[in-house]
Amino acid sequence: MMTVITVVILFFIIVYVFKNGLGQLSIEFLTEKTRDMGKEGGILPSILGTLFVTVVAIIIATPFGVGSAVYLVEYTRGGLMRRIISFGADCLAGVPSIIFGLFGFIFFVITLGLGWSVLSGGLTLAVMIIPTIIRTTEEAIKSVPRSYREISYSLGGGKLDTILKVVLPTALPGILTGVILGIGRAVGETAAVIFTAGSSLGIPTSVFSSTRTLAVHFYILAREGISMPKAYGTATVLIVIILAVNFVAYRLMHRFIARYY
Amino acid sequence: MDKVTIENVSLYYDSCQALKNVTMTVKKNEILGVIGPANSGKSSLLRAIDRLYEIDYARMTGTIMLDGKNIHKLSINDLRRRVGLIFATPVVLPGTIYKNISYGPKLHNRISKEKLDDIVVNALKAANLWDEVENRLKDSASTLSGGQQQRLCIARALAMEPEVIMMDEPCSGLDPISTAKIEATMLDLKEQYTFILVTNNTKQAARVADRTAFFLAGELIEIDKTEKIFTSPSRAKTDEYIRGKFG
Repeated sequence: MMTVITVVILFFIIVYVFKNGLGQLSIEFLTEKTRDMGKEGGILPSILGTLFVTVVAIIIATPFGVGSAVYLVEYTRGGLMRRIISFGADCLAGVPSIIFGLFGFIFFVITLGLGWSVLSGGLTLAVMIIPTIIRTTEEAIKSVPRSYREISYSLGGGKLDTILKVVLPTALPGILTGVILGIGRAVGETAAVIFTAGSSLGIPTSVFSSTRTLAVHFYILAREGISMPKAYGTATVLIVIILAVNFVAYRLMHRFIARYY
Repeated sequence: MDKVTIENVSLYYDSCQALKNVTMTVKKNEILGVIGPANSGKSSLLRAIDRLYEIDYARMTGTIMLDGKNIHKLSINDLRRRVGLIFATPVVLPGTIYKNISYGPKLHNRISKEKLDDIVVNALKAANLWDEVENRLKDSASTLSGGQQQRLCIARALAMEPEVIMMDEPCSGLDPISTAKIEATMLDLKEQYTFILVTNNTKQAARVADRTAFFLAGELIEIDKTEKIFTSPSRAKTDEYIRGKFG
C-alpha cells in the first residue's frame, strides 16, 4: 500500500512537472543563452553551470570521502577517533543545506576571496556531500569479506596493496552508489549554491566565473515571477538530468558487477 | 632437516589463549598432519607461522624459525612469499582465473607478460587444474565449482613458489573426488615443498601425512610418525580422539 502511494506520488510530481514543462523544451531552449533575465532564450549557461559546479564538487569530495572511509575502516580499530569522525560525519549530513550555503559564503567567497564562483560553489557542495560518500564507502568497505583481505595478506600483500588492489575494487559498486547519491544531491541543490556560485547568467569560462545552476535558475524564475513556463521547462531538464545520471550509473554498475563477480 | 622450528609458542587473542607453550618442528619435504577437535589451536598454529595473527591484533610469545631464521626478523612480505596458506573455504578474489593466480607474483616483482603467463600455466598444472580451465583463463573465477576453486587457491599459493604450504582443512567442504584430487596434488608436490595439513578428518591425516601432531585446547599433546599416532599413540587422549570418543 505505502509503496504504491510512494510510487504514485513520485509519478504525479514527475508527470505534473513534465506536463507543464515539456512544451517549453526545444533545441533552442537547451542550446541558447538566457535573455532578458530568463523570460526569453534558453538555459545553456545554467546547464553548463550545473555541470561545472557538480564536477568540481565530485572531484574534490570523492578522494576526501573515500580516503576518510578507508582510514576509518582499515586504520582505526573501533576507538574514540573513529567514533568522533563517524559522529561528525553524521552530524554534517544532517545540517540543513542553507547553513552550508552560509558557511561557503563566509569562508570560501569572502575569507578565501574566491568570490561567487564555480569553485566556491563546488567546494561548498563538496563539504556537503562528503558525509554521504564517507558513509556509503564505509559500508561498502566493511562488506568486503575479511577472507579477501586474509588471502591478500597471506600472498605477501601489504596493507596498501590489499586496500588498493582487493578492497577498493571489490567495494567499487558501493562507492559508486555513494558518489551517485552525491551527484544527485549536488545537481539538485539550491540553497548551498545560491550564496556561493552566484547567479550570473553568463556562460562560465573558468572555475572563478560566477554561474547560476539549474536549480537556482528555476528558483529565481519562479520566486521572482519572471516566467513560470520557463521555470517548468528548467525543472523538466533538471529532472531528466537527475534521472539520466541515475540510470547511466546503475547501468554501469550492473555491467561492472556482471563482469567481475 | 628442520624447515620450521617452533619453540615455546603461545598465542593470545585478547584474554583468550589459543596456543599454550607449543614446541615442535616441521621437517623439510614432509607432510605434517595436524589434527584435533574444534578450538584446539590448529588454525592458530598456522596463523602464528604466517604471522597472520598480527592482523587480528593477537599477541605471540616464543620463537618460530624458518630455516633457522626467526620469522620476526624476516620481512613480512618475504615470510609470506615463502610460506603459503590455503584456507578452509576456497576464497577466490573477484576477477578472472588468470588474475587470481597472477595477483601474488605481481605484488612482489615486476614480471614480463610472458613470464607471468608461464607462472600461471605452471601453477595450474601443478594444482591439477590446467586441463579443466585451459580455455577459460579469462572467465570469472567464481564460475568454477567448489573443488576447482580450492585447487585454484592451491595454484594461487603455488604461483608464489613458496617453500612451505600450509593448508587449513582444505577439503572440509568438498566431495570425495575433489578431496582425492587435492590429496593426490599434495603427494605429487611433496618432493618440492613442505606441507602442514590441518584437518578435521583424521582419516585424511592417516592417508597422506608422514607425521601427525595432535592438538587439544591449545596444547600439543603428541607428535609422531603417522603410523604410530594411529596405531599405538603414547598418550591416552590421542587414542580417545582417534577412536572418536570425543571431539
